[in-house]
Parts: sequence; structure tokens; C-alpha cells
Amino acid sequence: MDVELFIKQIINSLNTGSIYALVAIGYTMVYGIIRLINFAHGEIMMFGAYFAFIIATSIPVGLPFFVIVLVSMALAALMGILTEKIAYKKLRTAPRISALITAIGMSLFLQNLAQLIFGANPKVMPQVISNEPIMFGNIAVPQVMMYTISMSIGIMILLTLFVKKTRAGKAMRAVSQDKEAAMLMGININGIISLTFAIGSALGALGGIFYSIAYSQVYPTLGVMTGLKAFIAAVFGGIGNIGGAMIGGYAIGFIETMTKGYISSRWSDAIVFGVLILILLFKPSGILGKNVKEKV
Amino acid sequence: MLKVKDLHVHYGAIHAIKGVSFEVAKGEIVTLIGSNGAGKSTILKTISNILKKSGGDILFLDKNLEAVEPHKIVEMGISHVPEGRRVFPGLTVYENLQMGAYTRKDKVEIASDLEAVYKRFPRLKERENQSAGTLSGGEQQMLAMGRALMSRPKILLLDEPSMGLAPLLVDEIFNIIKDINKNGTTILLVEQNANRALHVSNKGYVLETGKITASGKSSDLLNDDKVKEAYLSA
Ligand SMILES: Nc1ncnc2c1ncn2[C@@H]1O[C@H](COP(=O)(O)OP(=O)(O)OP(=O)(O)O)[C@@H](O)[C@H]1O
Ligand SMILES: [Mg+2]
Repeated sequence: MDVELFIKQIINSLNTGSIYALVAIGYTMVYGIIRLINFAHGEIMMFGAYFAFIIATSIPVGLPFFVIVLVSMALAALMGILTEKIAYKKLRTAPRISALITAIGMSLFLQNLAQLIFGANPKVMPQVISNEPIMFGNIAVPQVMMYTISMSIGIMILLTLFVKKTRAGKAMRAVSQDKEAAMLMGININGIISLTFAIGSALGALGGIFYSIAYSQVYPTLGVMTGLKAFIAAVFGGIGNIGGAMIGGYAIGFIETMTKGYISSRWSDAIVFGVLILILLFKPSGILGKNVKEKV
Repeated sequence: MLKVKDLHVHYGAIHAIKGVSFEVAKGEIVTLIGSNGAGKSTILKTISNILKKSGGDILFLDKNLEAVEPHKIVEMGISHVPEGRRVFPGLTVYENLQMGAYTRKDKVEIASDLEAVYKRFPRLKERENQSAGTLSGGEQQMLAMGRALMSRPKILLLDEPSMGLAPLLVDEIFNIIKDINKNGTTILLVEQNANRALHVSNKGYVLETGKITASGKSSDLLNDDKVKEAYLSA
């Protein structure tokens, strides 16, 4: 009995952790490439969920889940690219605080835009994944969790291979390490920055979609708390470090779920923010921030 | 091959380059010497278009570089080894060299050029899978030069390749420069080590606070009294 509950909590941790990890990757990749904490990233995540909502509710034929997800991710990627081009590009050489304030402004703008378009009240996310749970012995696991965990892990493996092995992935690392030298190699910096925003935004959107399916709702402030915790996850792992964001995501997911399950759900946020404070105090570079030089 | 005409460059209000003109002909080694802050790096960066000029013209193979985007410069055949090496510290030696060939698509040729670089710099081959940040200064200089050669440049811009290296290594680097040139690559060499630079080059220009104050055949500059006093005495 006790063991079963524990296994359930582990699965819940993996589920929450996957979402945090997906969103944290966007924070960390953008930070790696332009040293900006993109506060609007949580809003991209939220818009990703709305895109899925719109597609699922407005197209009468029941589109397969994967099509909905892919189209939403593509739209979010486009949105990410545009925010960079419109709001951040001009500020690349400006003092960092200017870009940071712009990012906060962008975040508020997108939240209000969502409110304006969709209204402030939560909308019910249609059940695009069957809500029939899958039984493992006595343990029932909702299908959406299965999708979340397996797709997230799959995507993270692909992303890691992409960054390590491909020409574009290497160029991305080169740009994050030395922009001027990267230019001298003939790397199109603007293209690589756009690519980074596109990937980060698409993964953030996927996180938002899973989140909104799990809770069956979409609302304009959906990205605020989750985005903040994903940001903490990115800092936890070492901001700028993709592997760190993944580890951080699961760590925060684990801490939060276990606190909710075994201590009290009232404490979970406090403990997660406590972790951030501890990290900032004792290892500000994050758990992977030291010995790993590669930053994207 | 490369013609710089009445070049002016500003950093904000600072007028760093004040009407510089020079020429590099195909097959030559031309050196630009001058002390700290003379504007040598600024000129190279402007040729590579990572800095915008405020006046004058830069022609490469009779094409004006004005409208060429920075990332297209390499494809035209200009490769720039920046001051301080600037290798990608978190990339391996091999990956750094791959970045040098970033604009190329010819896989077979790239592989043979890689072999050629490893042959020229055997130490890089030994350290192929080591991250570049862990290399010594001399090794990083070799990597930076190897990386630049991976684009098959027509002209190589070298910014103080001997900086901070032990005398023995300086010899090695200058020998390599001569050898690269013998194999057909034109070289524009920026140096503070005027003596060495004038010994390897065909032609030299002396830069002082953004202006060219002397120029000529390197052998003549080596015997020029003013140049001797200012740059060769130490
Ligand atoms: N980013 C910059 N902003 C403002 N001024 C600059 C900048 N870079 C260079 N300068 C100024 O332009 C002038 C030329 O600098 P440059 O780096 O080209 O000199 P250099 O000849 O390469 O010197 P060194 O031998 O020390 O490398 C100097 O007075 C320098 O202070
Ligand atoms: Mg210099």
C-alpha cells in the first residue's frame, strides 16, 4: 500500500518534472545564446497551450494528438522568433538590464494579449488524449502522463544529439561561446539565434500543452507559476546548460511532488523557492554550472 | 587581391583609423606593424566586416565588401585569425576545425583538408578530442590557424599570431606562416614583433595611431632609420 503510493508519487514527479524540464530548456538555451533571461518564455508556453486549444476546438474532425501538438509547436516557434526579432534583437549590445526589463514587458504584454483575445476565464481543454488510465498492476497511470513522460524524454534525447552532433548544433554552441569568432567562421549569428528561440519556444509550448491537458484547462496566467518554477529548474541545473535544465526540471518536479504528497501541498511552493535561495547562496552556478564549459 | 582605400573607422566618437590605404597582391605576405592601440586589429575587423567602417573602400578581388554580410566574407575567401586566438573553448579540437569549414559542403575535400591541417600541426591530431579550452597558448594558436585554413582561404588575416608565445614557438609559428604562404595562400600579417614580421614578409606598412607613417619593401623597412629606432631597437 505504502509502496504503491510511493510509486505513484514517483510517476507524478516524473510527469511534473518533464513539464518543468521542457520549459526550463527554453530558458537555458536562450540564456546560453544571448545571456538573456527571457521572462516571456512562460507566456510562449501559455500560448502554446492556447494554440492547441484553438486547433482542437475549432477543427471539427478529431485531429490526431500529434498533429495538434506539431502545429502548436510550430506556431509557438514562430512566436518565439518574432519576439526576439521585435523586442530583443536591437538590444543585443545594450546593457543587460535593458533587455531584462524588455523581457518582463514582453511577458506582461503577452499575458494581457491572451486575456484580450481569449478572456480572463479559464477555458476547458478538450480531452485530446483518452482519459482512460493505463493499469500497471494496481497502479493506474493516466495516459496523458505516459505521453508527457515518454515524449519529453524522447525529445530531450533528440535535442542532446542535435546539439552535440549536428552542424547547426555545433554552430549553436560556437555562437554561445564566442559570437565574434563564430561570425569569423561564416556562421550566420541571426539565424542561429532564431533557431535557438524556435527550439526553446516549441519545447515550452509542448510543456504548456501537456500541462493544460493534465489540468483540463487553459488560462492567460498559465505560464506564470509553471514558468517561474521551470526558471528555478534552469538555475538549479546551471543556467545555460541544457543537461542541467533537464536535471533541474526533474529535481524540482520531484521536490514539489514529494512535498505535496508527504508533507503538505501548502508547503510545496515555499520549499521550491527555498531551493532556489539555497542554490543561489551556495552554488550560484547551479549543480552542473562548474565543470561543464559547454553552454548553449 | 586586397585593396584598402582611405579607410576610416570610428568607435563612437573615437576616430581610430584615419584614412588608411594599402594593398596586398596575390601570393604576398604583407605585414602591418605598429604598437599597442595603433589600430591594427581594427583594420582586420573592418575587412572581415564585423566592424562597420565610416569611410573609404575595401575591395577584395575587385569586389567592394561594403554590402557583403559578415557571414558571407569567409565564403569569398577571407579567413581571419583573431587576436588572442579565440578558439571555442567548450568545443573539441576536432569540432573547432569543423567550424572552420562551416561554410563548405564538399565533404571529401573537407576531410582531406583536415588531414592536411593535422599533418601541419601534429599536436592538434593528438589532442583531437580534447576541448580547446584546455590547450596551451601555443596549441590554441595552432588551432586558430588550422581552423582558419579549413575554409580554404585565398587570403589569411593573422592578428598577432606570436603574441604571448615562448621564443621557440614564435620561430615555429613564423615558419608555418612562410610555409602556408608557399602553398599559395596570400597573407596579411599584423604584428607587434616588427623584426620577425619584416623578416618573413615582402612588404610592410607602419601604422601609428590610425595612420600609415611608413611603407615599402620589408627589406628596406628593416634598414630604415626611423623604423629601426621606433620598432626594432628593443
Ligand atoms: N571596442 C572599442 N571601443 C572603443 N575604442 C576601441 C575599441 N576597440 C579599440 N578601440 C580603440 O581603437 C584604437 C585601436 O585599437 P586596436 O585594437 O585596433 O589596436 P591594435 O593596433 O590592434 O593594438 P594591440 O597591438 O594592442 O592589439 C585604440 O585606441 C583603442 O583604444
Ligand atoms: Mg590588436
